[in-house]
Amino acid sequence: MMETLTSSFTTEGYWELFSLVRNSVITAGVLGLMGGLIGVFIMLRRTALVVHGIAEISFAGAALALLIGVDVVAGSALGAVAASVLIGVLSLKDRDTSAVTGVLMPFGLGLGILFLSLYQGRSANKFGLLTGQIVGVDDVQTQTLVTGAMVISIVLLLIWRPLMFASVDPQLARARGVHVNLLSMVFMVLLGIAVAMSVQVVGALLVLALLVVPAAAALKVTVRPYLAVLLSMLFALISSVGGIMLAITGTVPISPYITTISFVIYVICVLLGRGGRNRRRRSAAVLTSWPLTA
Amino acid sequence: MAESASATPPAPESASPESASPGSSPAAPSATGSRATGSRAAGSSPAAPLVTLRDAGVGFSGRTLWEGLDLDLAPGEFLAVLGPNGAGKSTFLKVLLGLTKLSSGSAEIAGAPVRRGSSRVGYIPQQQTMPEETPMRARDMVALGLDGHRFGIRLHHRALRRRVDELLEAVGATAYANMPVGLLSGGEQQRLRAAQALASNPAVLLCDEPLHSLDLHHQQAVTELIRRQAVERGSAVVFVTHEINPVIEHVDRVLYFARGQYRIGTTAEVMRSEVLSELYGSSVDVIEHKGRLLVMSAHDEGGHCHPEELTLP
Repeated sequence: MMETLTSSFTTEGYWELFSLVRNSVITAGVLGLMGGLIGVFIMLRRTALVVHGIAEISFAGAALALLIGVDVVAGSALGAVAASVLIGVLSLKDRDTSAVTGVLMPFGLGLGILFLSLYQGRSANKFGLLTGQIVGVDDVQTQTLVTGAMVISIVLLLIWRPLMFASVDPQLARARGVHVNLLSMVFMVLLGIAVAMSVQVVGALLVLALLVVPAAAALKVTVRPYLAVLLSMLFALISSVGGIMLAITGTVPISPYITTISFVIYVICVLLGRGGRNRRRRSAAVLTSWPLTA
Repeated sequence: MAESASATPPAPESASPESASPGSSPAAPSATGSRATGSRAAGSSPAAPLVTLRDAGVGFSGRTLWEGLDLDLAPGEFLAVLGPNGAGKSTFLKVLLGLTKLSSGSAEIAGAPVRRGSSRVGYIPQQQTMPEETPMRARDMVALGLDGHRFGIRLHHRALRRRVDELLEAVGATAYANMPVGLLSGGEQQRLRAAQALASNPAVLLCDEPLHSLDLHHQQAVTELIRRQAVERGSAVVFVTHEINPVIEHVDRVLYFARGQYRIGTTAEVMRSEVLSELYGSSVDVIEHKGRLLVMSAHDEGGHCHPEELTLP
């Protein structure tokens, strides 16, 4: 075990190897930036579990595509968007997305397993759906993924303020004329596409590492909305690109590197944030004990 | 604020059976009495009404919540909306916010039909605690009240900052402008909501139990903020509450919903045993004690005996 791990590292000819996976690095970087951006809203809207649910249904879509011999990426995207719209519609009324997700998730995963068991092709293809297959991306796929990530990021920036408003204070936002339900649906569609694309990098099982962990880490260390987004994007970028750059030195797949880096960043942020929060709480206590004048 | 309203002709209107209480209250002074009934005569008032409801009614799935409501609110007027849960207080606010459509009649704000997201309307929702990890400082939350409904990237950072600072100062929240909202107390968060509501300098301020779960100190501070907006800027205030006492000295008129009916008039006209007994269809006693009102019913029916009002400070 240890031998495989140690022998899996080699720095010889690193940059030649790196140029081979250049596409993957670019894709992972751009997807990381997008993941960090949308992640802040995922955290704000408390939909981390939804991300996991969408990913698993996206896996079912990909498995079906594999089985019937169409494009796997398209299949996973279709599954993800269908899942996110379904979850969005079912949870419009009571905003309880976790229950709806809990119902849909096992169904999606079960379908995925069924499709895979029916599939007669290479078993490596099966595994890739769950754990990611970024090293294999070609120029066309890179282009598609980068374009998709940029479109999602631009749309998110355009609806930034109303989405933020609707996420933190839906009651007031609605009164101020924000179309809260419509925004919810737009967000779910964006989330679906984002998940489908991230699945290509880290796989259906680990998609939370790109979409949720960086934002969760950022929220531990700052309360400024813009800084939170910038940090979240930076953390996601470090995890995704760093993960690939470490992974190509050896034989261990990419996903564990990405998840480990993002987890380490999270732990560091929790430790840093604890100190900061306590300081702020102390100063808050001082403030509120002052007599306030109206 | 009484001046503008008392300018309406004092002729009592026998033609509106809904506003039953004022006509039958000989004790009421004529000036306030005219205000209570003057809803239809307000066209001749020098200041145009900021809120106008004509024969307004709301119902859901066949059940009528209330109907036949006529109301004019003058600039600077403070209207308290009272009644048991489910009588239609919040729906009344939603109508004015343009979120619920009237099933009959019409509703206008400052001369224009009610519209969702109108900048002429400020809204202070019920106090809800923000999650601790909300990535926002007090000033970010106020900024959302200013431009949170707009699409695109935020421009004019400096002007926005200045306006946010003004608003924070107006509600006495400057000291915690840079604190995370999740760490502020309910009262402090409610001041920020007041700042959000005042952001567009609204003609009408709609408040949905803004004092709920606040301590006495913050209750007074938030009430004072709202009253000042009415007096200094001439906004009309619609104040939904289940407890009139914290705001009783500011209230010009009371709108009381119960059992699909309503009564409107001054506090003295509506908050009386006969009027509320008739409205509830059962015996209700209103007792005045040092300027505060206790509402008690012989049989507790539908929870309209407000235990909160029994706790005197």
